[in-house]
Parts: sequence; structure tokens; C-alpha cells
Amino acid sequence: MTKDYSILIGGAAGQGSRKAGLIIAKLLSEFGYRIFIYDDYQSLIRGGHSFSQIRASKSNVLSHREKIDFLLALDETTIKKHQADLDKKGIIIYNSDEVSLKKKNAVGVAMETIVKKAGGTPIMGNTALVAAFAKIIGIDWKTLEKLLKKELKKFQELNLKIAEEAFSSTKNLVKIEKLDQKPLPLLTGNEAVALGVVKAGLIFYIAYPMTPATGILHYLAKHKKDFNIKVAQLENEVGVVNAALGAAYAGARTMVGTSGGGFALMTEGLSLAAQSETPLVVIESQRMSPGTGVATYNGQGDLLFVLTAGHGDILRFVIAPGDADEACFWAGKILNLSWKYQTPSILLIDKEVSESTFSFDTGILDEVKCEKSLLWDKKGKYLRYKKTRNGISPLAFPGEKNVIVKANSYEHDEFGITVEDEKEVEEMQNKRLKKFEEMRKEADKLPAVNVYGKKSAKKAIIAWGSTKGPAKEAAEKLGIKMIQPVIVEPFPEKQMKNALKGVKKIALVETNGLGQMEKVLNCYGIKVDKKVLKYNARPFLPGEIEKKLRKF
Amino acid sequence: MELNTYAKNTWCPGCGNFGILIALKQAISSLVGKGIAKEKMVMVSGIGCSSKIIDYLNLNSFSSLHGRPIISAEGIKLGNPGLEVIVFAGDGGTYNEGISHLIHAAKRNIDITVLIHDNRSFALTTSQFTATSPKGFKGKSTPEGSIEEPLNPLKLMLASNATFIARGYSSKTEHLRDLIIEGVQHKGFSFIEILQPCISFFNTFQFYNTRVYKAKEDNLISKKEALKKIEEWDYNKNNTRIPIGIFYKIQKPTYEKSLFKDFDSFKGENKVDLKQVLK
Repeated sequence: MTKDYSILIGGAAGQGSRKAGLIIAKLLSEFGYRIFIYDDYQSLIRGGHSFSQIRASKSNVLSHREKIDFLLALDETTIKKHQADLDKKGIIIYNSDEVSLKKKNAVGVAMETIVKKAGGTPIMGNTALVAAFAKIIGIDWKTLEKLLKKELKKFQELNLKIAEEAFSSTKNLVKIEKLDQKPLPLLTGNEAVALGVVKAGLIFYIAYPMTPATGILHYLAKHKKDFNIKVAQLENEVGVVNAALGAAYAGARTMVGTSGGGFALMTEGLSLAAQSETPLVVIESQRMSPGTGVATYNGQGDLLFVLTAGHGDILRFVIAPGDADEACFWAGKILNLSWKYQTPSILLIDKEVSESTFSFDTGILDEVKCEKSLLWDKKGKYLRYKKTRNGISPLAFPGEKNVIVKANSYEHDEFGITVEDEKEVEEMQNKRLKKFEEMRKEADKLPAVNVYGKKSAKKAIIAWGSTKGPAKEAAEKLGIKMIQPVIVEPFPEKQMKNALKGVKKIALVETNGLGQMEKVLNCYGIKVDKKVLKYNARPFLPGEIEKKLRKF
Repeated sequence: MELNTYAKNTWCPGCGNFGILIALKQAISSLVGKGIAKEKMVMVSGIGCSSKIIDYLNLNSFSSLHGRPIISAEGIKLGNPGLEVIVFAGDGGTYNEGISHLIHAAKRNIDITVLIHDNRSFALTTSQFTATSPKGFKGKSTPEGSIEEPLNPLKLMLASNATFIARGYSSKTEHLRDLIIEGVQHKGFSFIEILQPCISFFNTFQFYNTRVYKAKEDNLISKKEALKKIEEWDYNKNNTRIPIGIFYKIQKPTYEKSLFKDFDSFKGENKVDLKQVLK
């Protein structure tokens, strides 16, 4: 077998397919494989159909693929829904107490009988399935036992009893090779974002729950003691953003997180951040929009919205990382940038980045620093909005001796007193515009555009955010170039044009219906020859892109 | 102590806001005398005539958006719990646009002081009805008179579990000064509703002068007693007296103290070992 496995485990919500999937991924990660888990679940708590698709490969993988090698079915629906995707040599592992399959390569596990015999509860059927799978692929009992002990703290003895019974009553069928690679920790994109900002000096995280950004709130709340940070859930997103601005004014590095609908409510705060020059970082994790959309599924439809959100001239950074490593690095970077330029910033991710699980390169954490902001030198009278050569006024915070810090949502003078006079208004506007020139230069110095695939190719894919993963894989298979703009605002025009040198044909791949990135590219004179769009709330698979671009 | 700035005052002559400004400055001087450092005080305002007050004060200030000063102030307090945060907001901003923030701030008992300049009308937008305008209020959007009955904000605060509820009157500056001092010193959410005539659009000066009286401040921990005082006037009737003073005051743990009990403040890079957490 090739060293690139695809395992799908599914069941009704409440049957524990996600947890079981994570344990399977960790087993394979222990064997040196690089992991990607796609989690597909509905907006319900019990019933329905949810599944995790785990990909384990020798090299880094950033998306799941069409064909499944192992189909692990906690219920009959899973078999019906996914057996068509099973590889010819694939294996189905199913609950033989519920269904009977008369197929070759189908292994029944008497889940209910085993669980009942041990005196467990129905959800523990997932433990039986995991253990049976481990045996089938040739993982030894000791390795499995060690991991289960770490992962299942509740009813551990009972779970181990179930696992042992399922393990010993199943036959080994294949042997998965152990790779000579160090295991990496498995993290969701949301968790990677959290680590990045904590490393960059985050003090305060404020949010209102909204899928798919809620994981950041959960992770930071769970670890607030470990990370030594403050976490609060407030009444609504309008409250969240305005409290964040207050906290930043008081000197605390603060971040907020939400999805498109919550971000829509936050836009007044974006505008206040711009006018009052208060640092603000918003994590916008997109889901299928508009409206409530498809709440737990993917989409990249908020690009144009985040680029223009808020009333008035707003200078902002918009950065769209495409996987967990990038999410960690850029989350830290954007917090630093926001504080350096005292401006609002948006880290634009999506369900695929937020909730998928990745093998995380901990070395990224060494690349994230807490960069110091420009602070007042304590000379003369403090002016919050002092006009400087580059438009950046030194920061001071209330509570400091001999300092009066006046922040204002009205147009203001250097001290912060409201003004309406035409000359003063224009001068302050100019001060802020100067900052934008600096931000542009800064973006040019950063690795704002990534290039993958065949560098000399005349054909290129442009894809952003989580579409990077499948697009990169497709480009490598097709032998063409793949270009990923990571910073979208200020747009890294020079780096993009460099990346496009020698390229004669461009295909744009993204998961929205309008081809929103095309509009951005057009602003810089870049024309797209073909658009490959997907808007059924599911991410692209590498094979889909490959098929659509074979004749391109 | 110089509390004035160079900003030109643009309130209408005779505006009730002047009384509030006088009371506030006296309260600030007194609080500084009691040991609260001037640099630790932060004034937060929203939008409207009331909110111009921060331009006239030589103190730290944050001018927020319409309806948002309370939640901005909460952010400031949470960002640095060592600060003393005072909010100036109008009835339109607080009881119309941003009412959810008022309720939640009271519910969580965050240690800030909120002063509501209640002139019972939108004045800076040249007269429309607000949540505390009496039924029949003739503003430019309700030329035949408002059809809505007013809200009693003190009753709302009592229901929201505010731990300090008081009412003052802008023309009784010494009394108001003392309310502000008490409110700032109260550990928890302090709500001070200030009756304020709007000389241009809703001149209630004579109305209040003949009705306002200082209520006896006893049994302040009784919700029942508080409700009696609060219900004496419903913001609608003309035939009752209007009590002012502290109506309710109890002690409860503050939000920020409970929320941040494990937080150990630091500057610059967070020294925690993240790789350890990943193990």
C-alpha cells in the first residue's frame, strides 16, 4: 500500500465519531505520519450524520481526498453514504450487531455485544471500533493501550476492557509501516491561532460564540491559567468589539474572534478603531454565507466584505493564512502589526482552517515574537495623536504618571479634543494616510505571497485561505504553479507580479460563487483566464481541481 | 488642580449639563483628596450633548460610539482593573441604542460608575423622543405626540441586579456631587440617573424644581424599599413628587475580581512555555 492513507469514521451525532477519529489520527501520528482531519458535522447535537476523514501521509497533507482506504461505520447511514468512495482494495469496518455485510473486505465488529458484556454505555462502541481498526492495520496492543489511557480519562477501565475485547476478537489484515519521522502534535487551526497570539503577547481574548470561531474561545478559556491570559464572553458582538477597543486603550493586547455574521455586527468597532487609532485584531472565520448560511460548513464568501467593512476610510491589514502553521505565525504577526500601526486588522480564516486538525510544526512558535510597540518617550506634554513623519503617534496608557490620554471617535486635534475645522480635519486624515504608506512597505517586506508547484510553469493557479491545501496538491500533480496571496491588504502588488513572471494563463480557485479574489486581482491589473468555483459549502478536494484544470 | 481644557464649551446657555460638569469637577477634586490618583481616572462618553463633557475635562478620556460608552468602559476596566472608570451617557444612547450593555454591566457587577444625563429627549439631533420621554412627547418625529409609554430606568436597574442605584438632579449640584463620590467609591456597578432639563427642546426646569425632593436614605439594602421609591414617579405622570438620592446599595463580589482571579499581570512577551502545553 502507498504511504498515504485515508480513513473515514462516521456515525450519528452523539456516537463519538470525532473523538474516535482523533484517536486514530494520533495512533498514526505516533507512527510518524503527517495528519490532516476533515470534520464534517451538522448543526445539531444528537442524530443526523457526522464524520471525520483522516488522511495520514508521509509528507505534509493539507486536505482530504476522494478515495477512502478504511471506512469505519458506527451506523448503517455511514456505509450507505460513503461506500461508493471506498477504494477497490479498501476495507469496511462496521457494527455487526446492526447490519450484516456479505462483502469481501468487510469486517464486522459486534460493538453492542462487546459494550454490553463489559457493562458500558452505547457511546463506548466507538472505542471498540478504534481497537478493531488498530488490530486490522497491525498496531500492537501496547501502543494502543498507552494512547487510550492518555485519551480516555473518563471510564478508563471500562473503555480498556472494551478495547481489549474488540482487539482480540479481530484479525490483522494489513501492516501499516512505521515511518522514520518524529511525531508532531495535532492541532486545529483555531488552536494554532490561539498559540500564535499568546506567543505575541496577547493579554485578553473577548468573544461571543459563533461557529467556526468558537474553538478559539473554548481553547483559550480552557488554558487561560496555563497561558496566563484573560478571557471573557460578553453579551453580543457589538459589545465584544467595543470592549476590546476599551481594553486596548487601557494597554492590554486584545483580540476578538467571530464568523461573518458576528463580524457584520462588529463593523462599527472597526471604524472606531480606525478613527481613534486603537489597535484591534479580529479573527474572522468564514462559514457558508450569506445570512445564517450553512452554519457548520465551509465557504470563502467574506473576502470582499472584510476588505471594505466599516464606514469611512479605514486602513487595515487583512491576512488570510491557509493552514495551522500559517495561522499560528500570522495570528502572532497580525497582533504585532496592529499594535505597531495602531490600526484594525482582520485575520481571515475559514471553517477548513479553523476546525480541521493538522500536524503542527512547533518550530513556528520560535518564529513568533512579541514585537514592541512605539511608546511615548516621556518628554514634554503627551499628545495621543502627535503628527509624526510616518503618521505613527507614540502610545501611552491611562494610569501613567504625568500623562493624559485622550482617545476620540470624533475627528480630533493632536491632544484628542474634538475638531470640525476643515484644515485640522484634513491634517489628521493625512496623518493616518501616511501610516498606510508605511503599512504597504511593511507588507512588501513580509512573506506575503507563497509559491508552490512547478516554479517555471506557464500556467498557474491562484488560491487563498484553506483552498491552498487542495490547490497546491493539484498543481503539483498537474506540474503547474500555484500562487497563494497571504496578505490581501495592503495588497502585495510587487510580490504578486514577481510570482506571476512568465505565467501566461491564470486559473482562480476559491469556494464562493462570485470569484471574489478576481475582483481584488483586477484592481492591480491581473486578469484571470479561468475560474474554478465551488459553493456547495464543502471544501475542494485536490482531485476535483485536477480534473477541472487538466485541459486548462 | 487644573481640570479645564482649552476646548470651547458648545452647550446651550442654561443647559443642565453645566450643573453636572460643576458637580463632577467638585467630586473629582474630592476623590483626588481621598487618595484616588488623577491619572488613574478615565472618563468615557458616548455621543450626544452629554458626551461633549470629556472635551472639557483635563483627564484621561475615551470617546466611544453612540450607545457604547458603557461597554467601552467595561473594556477599559477589564484591560486595567486598577483604573477608576466613569461613564457619561445620555438617555438616547443608554436606554435606546445601547440598552443591552447597560443591563449586562449591571448584571455582572463590574466596578464602574455610570452617569446618565437624562434630558428625556434626543437633543443634539434637534428633538425626537427617547425611551424616557413621556407619552405624548411632541418631537420632530412625533408631531402628534409619542404613542409609547416611557421606561423607568431605575426599575430596570433594580431588576438587572445593579448594586448601587441613585437619582440626582442637575440643578442640585452639591447633592449630585455627593452621589458621584459615593458612586465612584462603591465597589461594583454604580448607576446614577441624573434628571436634566434641555433648555432648547424639553425644558423641564420648573417641572423638576416643584417636584424633586431628597428621599430619606435608610434601609438601602432592601429591594422592596428601593422599589417603593423608584415607583413613586413613573416618568409619565405630572401629579407626583420625584425622589432623588441613593435608593439601593448592596455589596457583592465584582466581575473583574472573580474573572481574573488567576491572572498574573505581565508586560511584553508572555513567559509561559507553550511547547510544554502541547505535550
